[in-house]
Amino acid sequence: MHSFGYRLNGLLTFAVTILALMCAITSLSDNFNTPSPSAEIKIMNINWFQKQPQGHDEVSLTMNVSADLQSLFTWNTKQVFIFVAAEYETRKNSLNQVSLWDAIIPAKEHAKFWIHTSNKYRFVDQGNNLRGKKFNLTLHWHVMPKTGKMFADKIVLTGYSLPEEYR
Amino acid sequence: MSYFTQNSLLSFLGYPVSLQTFLPLSAPSLHFTMDWQGQKLAEQIMQIMLLVFAVTAFVAGYVLGSFQMMVLVYAGGVTLTGLITIPNWPFFNRHPLNWLDPSEAEKHPKPQVTVSSKKKGFKRTIEPAHRLDPSLPTANLVTLA
Repeated sequence: MHSFGYRLNGLLTFAVTILALMCAITSLSDNFNTPSPSAEIKIMNINWFQKQPQGHDEVSLTMNVSADLQSLFTWNTKQVFIFVAAEYETRKNSLNQVSLWDAIIPAKEHAKFWIHTSNKYRFVDQGNNLRGKKFNLTLHWHVMPKTGKMFADKIVLTGYSLPEEYR
Repeated sequence: MSYFTQNSLLSFLGYPVSLQTFLPLSAPSLHFTMDWQGQKLAEQIMQIMLLVFAVTAFVAGYVLGSFQMMVLVYAGGVTLTGLITIPNWPFFNRHPLNWLDPSEAEKHPKPQVTVSSKKKGFKRTIEPAHRLDPSLPTANLVTLA
């Protein structure tokens, strides 16, 4: 390593290479985390249930989402993105997933929460299949890291159904 | 400060001291380069320090549960390593090569190319005549047989 510039370049290159290695090991350390999240969603009210002018069914509902997702956070977690999706089956599609609500949890302190809200996004069907439909509400989460691999998983809550007639 | 004490102080600090050169009593300057031993030492120090700081930073971050702590410790380590290994500190110049003074070199003839003819070919030898100290490593003699 001959001159000043030579040594500076060598130092910076080696330092950045080692930093990349440290980030890789940090991401790998996330695999040692075994999360144990829990969640509960109650549908408080079906606000209205109508057939839209275009011919599609639409529902508006109010739900109470409570969850404890603190075990998902590690030292390498930047934020956790969660969303609630309604899943059901129709004659045309074996699986329909409609996202109703989502949020970003920026820190572990905010991961144990409850929220009383109407659906943020419209629950619209492809057709008129929603009358009396049984559906699942699934809480998905994406654990977004500071560096490395993102983990995604979900909890499926079953047993919800829509009214038989439009209101 | 007398010239004698200045010289002894400088040789203590690792500056190459000779009668011909009048050295300023200052921090490392670009006038001084590292010698070969010093370069090797600088590279070794750099690699070891960076690895040690990387491990320390990771352990600190993991134990404290703080990614920011890991990055800060590592950044501090990189800066410290840079301060130690990049400038031409005097302790990197403890084995300087004693090149011959130009006036002395003129007293010795230039390298001879001796051509001795043989039956099967000719042999050329080049002798280095510009080194005063035979204990220092010399370049290999190039012989074409």
